Amino acid sequence: MELSFIIEKFLLVFIIFIISLGVAAYATYFERKVAAWFQDRIGPDRAGPFGLLQPIADGVKMFMKEDFIPKHADKWLFILGPGITMFVALIPSVVIPWGPPLELFGKTIALQVTDFDYGILFIFGVISVGVYGIMIGGWASNNKYSLFGAVRASSQMISYELAMGISAITIIMMTGSLSLNDIIAKQHGMNWNIFYQPVCFLVFFTCALAETNRAPFDLPECESELIGGYHTEYSSMKLGLYMFSEYVAMFISSALIAILFFGGFNFPGMDYFSGNTLAILGILVFFTKIFFFIFLFFWIRWTLPRFRFDQLMHLGWKALIPISIINMLITGFAIALYQGWF
Amino acid sequence: MDILIWILGGLTIGTALMVVLSKHPIRSVLFLVATFFLISCHYILLNAQFLAIVNIIVYAGAIMVLFLFVLMLLNLSQDKIQKTAYMLKISSVVIGGLFLIILIAALKDSIDFKPIEGVRTDIGYVKVLGETLFSKYLVPFEISSILFISAMVGALMLAKKEKEIIE
Repeated sequence: MELSFIIEKFLLVFIIFIISLGVAAYATYFERKVAAWFQDRIGPDRAGPFGLLQPIADGVKMFMKEDFIPKHADKWLFILGPGITMFVALIPSVVIPWGPPLELFGKTIALQVTDFDYGILFIFGVISVGVYGIMIGGWASNNKYSLFGAVRASSQMISYELAMGISAITIIMMTGSLSLNDIIAKQHGMNWNIFYQPVCFLVFFTCALAETNRAPFDLPECESELIGGYHTEYSSMKLGLYMFSEYVAMFISSALIAILFFGGFNFPGMDYFSGNTLAILGILVFFTKIFFFIFLFFWIRWTLPRFRFDQLMHLGWKALIPISIINMLITGFAIALYQGWF
Repeated sequence: MDILIWILGGLTIGTALMVVLSKHPIRSVLFLVATFFLISCHYILLNAQFLAIVNIIVYAGAIMVLFLFVLMLLNLSQDKIQKTAYMLKISSVVIGGLFLIILIAALKDSIDFKPIEGVRTDIGYVKVLGETLFSKYLVPFEISSILFISAMVGALMLAKKEKEIIE
């Protein structure tokens, strides 16, 4: 391996890391602004112009607070929990293609850290492991509310993974490849999957809400029943990591939804551009789509009330999984007809 | 590459030993999860990416979560575990020793192993694996899927029966 290759990838990882954290930090600010707008309030406006320094103030506050570990907690697992959650939230960004290749210093730089030909499987592998951070943290706190939160989180995430996986299989069947690059290439221009698979998109989006523990599926941290759910005992930056990883996960799942259903960095009329212009426009388009989905997450949170836990389980097992299986079968028949198998 | 295999192998054996040696059941489960991850790393080194990811999704992501789930609800602690009987300890040692002999017997010839010739090294890729499964091994593949469905239906029937008894 050349040194320049290693430096290129290292820089790319660093930039993606900074962007993920920056987007997550400002997502907290925009969430509060959006909530204020929905409820006819002003929202944070004290720190800096329009309250723009609010995330930094919050970060400093989180770091300065007393870091407390309960006496009967399992110390190492208590520390490990938030770390795993943050790690799992950040790691899928290595396979996401952020834009068309850039040309810099006479070299073509792919805006993707690694191009696995099984990229989407990798993302599902990481998502399926995501529950450990919450479970370990909730159990290690040695508190019944934390344990309830952890148990709820694990059953919820396992249930919604199934419908999410099946709806992703539908998209994989249409593309004929597990690579995220191929899925994007298939949706060139305005040929987006959402026009072929609206039902699949609805199922996937609902599952994404449940997987990121966002309202109306935020039962693991439901404050009206469980105090704070799995992070009841957490304080200082450990709590900060849990809250922050939720926003990072929201950013990554918005990117995934944009790739699977809304063509990633494809936009109508992209054939008129080439080279770096195309790359920069592609990145801008991709981020616009991501921000739209993050806004959709906020919109749903401040509109819908929270589900009850049995309603959540019924929705997952008795509605979303059958719908996604039927949708997958119909897609299979349609593909077979289209390819002339009958 | 050689060093990587040695490090991975050592770590795998270490975490696998910790599964048995750690005193707390929850820690054992977590070490088992770590072992599954390291085994997936071995799969990737052997060019079997699909198997590696499926191993993580199915074992680390679903089955071990259920293990952890049950253990957390039981909340076993050191003083709650009953002392095992003396005879039980002896018999488990004997059974474990017999299993060790079987393993040694199976692996004794593998000390001077030679690389196998004429095998496709790309069989682990998703595309090649899919083509093989859906052409050469189509019938066994379909039969095993029926087996899975029957297991699922069976689990549903058991759950339903229990509910009727409770009501």
